[in-house]
Amino acid sequence: MYEGPVQDLIDELGRLPGVGPKSAQRIAFHLLAADPADIGKLQDALQKVKDGVVFCDVCGNVSAETTCRICRDPRRDPSVVCVVEEPKDVLAVERTREFKGRYHVLGGALDPLSGVGPDQLRIRQLLTRMSTRTDGQDITEIIIATDPNTEGEATATYLVRMLRDFPGLAVTRLASGLPMGGDLEFADELTLGRALSGRRSM
Amino acid sequence: MANLYRDTGVVLRVQKLGEADRIITLLTQRHGKLRAVAKGVRRTTSKFGARLEPFGHVDAQFYPGRTLDIVTQVQTLDAFGVGLVSDYQRYTAGCAVLETADRLAAEEGEPALRLYLLVTGALRALATTDRDPSLVLDAFLLRAMSFAGWAPAVDECARCGEAGPHRAFSVQGGGVMCDGCRPPGSSSPASDTLRLLAALLHGRWAVVDGVSPSARREASGLVAAHLQWHLERQLRSLPLVERRARVADD
Ligand SMILES: [Zn+2]
Ligand SMILES: [Zn+2]
Repeated sequence: MYEGPVQDLIDELGRLPGVGPKSAQRIAFHLLAADPADIGKLQDALQKVKDGVVFCDVCGNVSAETTCRICRDPRRDPSVVCVVEEPKDVLAVERTREFKGRYHVLGGALDPLSGVGPDQLRIRQLLTRMSTRTDGQDITEIIIATDPNTEGEATATYLVRMLRDFPGLAVTRLASGLPMGGDLEFADELTLGRALSGRRSM
Repeated sequence: MANLYRDTGVVLRVQKLGEADRIITLLTQRHGKLRAVAKGVRRTTSKFGARLEPFGHVDAQFYPGRTLDIVTQVQTLDAFGVGLVSDYQRYTAGCAVLETADRLAAEEGEPALRLYLLVTGALRALATTDRDPSLVLDAFLLRAMSFAGWAPAVDECARCGEAGPHRAFSVQGGGVMCDGCRPPGSSSPASDTLRLLAALLHGRWAVVDGVSPSARREASGLVAAHLQWHLERQLRSLPLVERRARVADD
């Protein structure tokens, strides 16, 4: 472990996909030795990619216009909304071609260890959206599709608590259970617990 | 392999590494804080499953790597996460337990058995009992601070040692203070609040359970202020802990 800013930089770089601790260290020391002008160019490039992307003002998904393609599509059922953590999760659900409703992108999961609480996510926007009609229709079903891990589960718990007082609203959670092709005895407690609580009659 | 070793520990934190791996930070019984790599843990087919998620209390086997040790086998002792994620208030309190433990066990490999026992005890109380999560957290924080050697004084005056009860509390001064020692700017909490702090520090739950919500809130504020005063960097999770009166969760 290095001290202060150098270790912080190594930690941040190490969070990038495909960058291991050794590469992170190598990049950090390269940046440390680099010309300030080169660092400035890198900073600019990072800033521009952040500023240049628009988020849909309805669902929060990345978009080319102020309202995204799915939110503008009259064939998509506005009464069913699938809540996901990240834009990449919208793509994942879209690839199944099973879902004909619309989305709400939270921008992450409730993760106090990383300083992410309800105010850092688009939860307030979801509640506002609940109380305004879209295309003359109320939202009647929310499907919570947060990640099946600790932070995703806690986020689902929080959302259920916020949404349960809306009259006539059905709140469901993506069923999640045992991976196909595995043996029951190898399932861990969290996965087995979810599979039990999400069981269906046959 | 000759160098394989085994220990039990609580998962404090996980960080992504590369495409499918994670670095797991554990607080272990015999090796103190330990950072190890869990290979392939993010794949849905991983043999580790969700065992190495935060709050997991596990029995694990490791082999020494060049920079970080590698997790080879994991068995769950307590899946505290299952109880915590179904109640948001308990989840936030549990996160503050993990982050505090991570900070206080700063040196990797330095044995921290008492802290390990305290952390598992706090998570067990949060995940499996009806106790007010806010109080469980405050009791944990006070005792963790006392292991670190800077618990606030709750009985005798922090400066001159005069026997209490006293009326003033000063974070900078180190806790309760007598009228002769109290510095300007120290607060005057309700006597119930100071009684509650002492009861939490000494684990007298019979006293704790009878204390009013307003004293609980005030005590939480003093504990948080005292903790933040002593830590170099602020805890991220502490301001996000839900401190309100209990709400029933599904
Ligand atoms: Zn949209
Ligand atoms: Zn004194």
